[in-house]
Amino acid sequence: MNEVWDNRHLIWLGLKLTLQLSAVAIVASSLIGLFVGVGLFYGNRVVRSLLRLYVDVIRGLPILVVLFLIYYILPAVNIDILGVHIPTNVGRFQAAAIGLTLFGAAQVGEVVRGALASVPKGQSDAGKALGLTFWQRLFSITLPQSMPVIIPPWTNTAAELVKGTSLASLLSMSELLFATRKIVERTGDVLPFYIAAAAIYFVICFTISRLGALVAQRYRFGVAR
Amino acid sequence: MYKLRWEYITNNKELFIDGLLLGLKMAILGLIIGTVLGLLLAFARQYGPRPLRWVVTAYVELIRNIPLLLIVSLLYFGLPQVFPRRSTGQEWVLKILPDAETTFIVALAIYAAAYLAEIFSAGIVSVGKRYLEAGRSLGLSRTQTAVSITLPIMLRTVLPSLGNTFIGLFKDTSIAVAIAAPELTWAARKISTDYFRYIEAWATAGVIYLLTCYAIAIGLRLIERRIKWTVA
Repeated sequence: MNEVWDNRHLIWLGLKLTLQLSAVAIVASSLIGLFVGVGLFYGNRVVRSLLRLYVDVIRGLPILVVLFLIYYILPAVNIDILGVHIPTNVGRFQAAAIGLTLFGAAQVGEVVRGALASVPKGQSDAGKALGLTFWQRLFSITLPQSMPVIIPPWTNTAAELVKGTSLASLLSMSELLFATRKIVERTGDVLPFYIAAAAIYFVICFTISRLGALVAQRYRFGVAR
Repeated sequence: MYKLRWEYITNNKELFIDGLLLGLKMAILGLIIGTVLGLLLAFARQYGPRPLRWVVTAYVELIRNIPLLLIVSLLYFGLPQVFPRRSTGQEWVLKILPDAETTFIVALAIYAAAYLAEIFSAGIVSVGKRYLEAGRSLGLSRTQTAVSITLPIMLRTVLPSLGNTFIGLFKDTSIAVAIAAPELTWAARKISTDYFRYIEAWATAGVIYLLTCYAIAIGLRLIERRIKWTVA
């Protein structure tokens, strides 16, 4: 294990990128996914079918292919919105972040849609009777009650995204797995470094899912059913 | 302006077709081996002695929380280097994992087994108690009950999850590009790097993945509907 400690700086460089990418992907997926879910459940027919198309297309593609599609095709697309040119020459990090977010938001969206459907309609009606607006009802009645249903699969998606960041190594981004492979190629020491990388991934993902279970449990006690 | 030239795809369509077939083959083999392993793990977890249960749980949790690409890299780049050059250990590894394809199938099976063990465990738990009691009253031993009552009933319950796992595994075969197994993603990368037709190549691969996943999903739904297995 001495070799691993000696190379801790290189591992940390990789881990830092993995953590940054995971954080961006998880936060963006959750925010966008929330609105995708709300749109899937409450949207009008056009919104619903567009979002359904998005979710179903993403779910039929491997994450890796989504990453490659973004990385290679996005820079070739010219996006001008109202005369404002939007730069599309994405680098590795941005491509990976966008690709993972597209995947994560589709997953979270589906989860949120299912959770919203699980809240009894009377709850929302009661809010309406009190004169709450749509967004007030959403954020103070429906969403809090669907949290116990949302959190377990949501943390699953978060762990999935952390694992998905390893795919960015195939875009030659020096995240944890890529860094590990570089060190292994240089030192010839295989097992210690792969075990260290596996341990790091495991600790991150396991912590996320345990935390999710804890929070979900708290929520379950908080909401009387 | 970039001009789309699809003839690079149509001229190399064998690459994509062979890639798709290889992906399906790896997914099917991974699923079959993974199912056998997963069944053993699930039954060990439900019926085995306590230390064995811990081992199974540890395996499932470990594999589920590390990326597949790490397992693949470890098996393909790492394992042969663990042993000294030309030692019996190394020859042994190279005999079991001779090429990228086999290595990926093994990695996929190891990976799938963890997820399937979880699915099968839930399936075993869901088998009604009265079936087991019926088996016991017929004088079946614990093993006989497990094999001829729990197993068939459980397999019916988990069939939809098994189908979803298969679709997931097929999508995961894209990761085999990392060790250059010539599947669909590899074909797209080859076309894009050989002829610089990035957009055409990746769009083609994407469409093939999408269509195949939906074809599998529809096929599975038809099978499920056909086999009206009702277990009350």
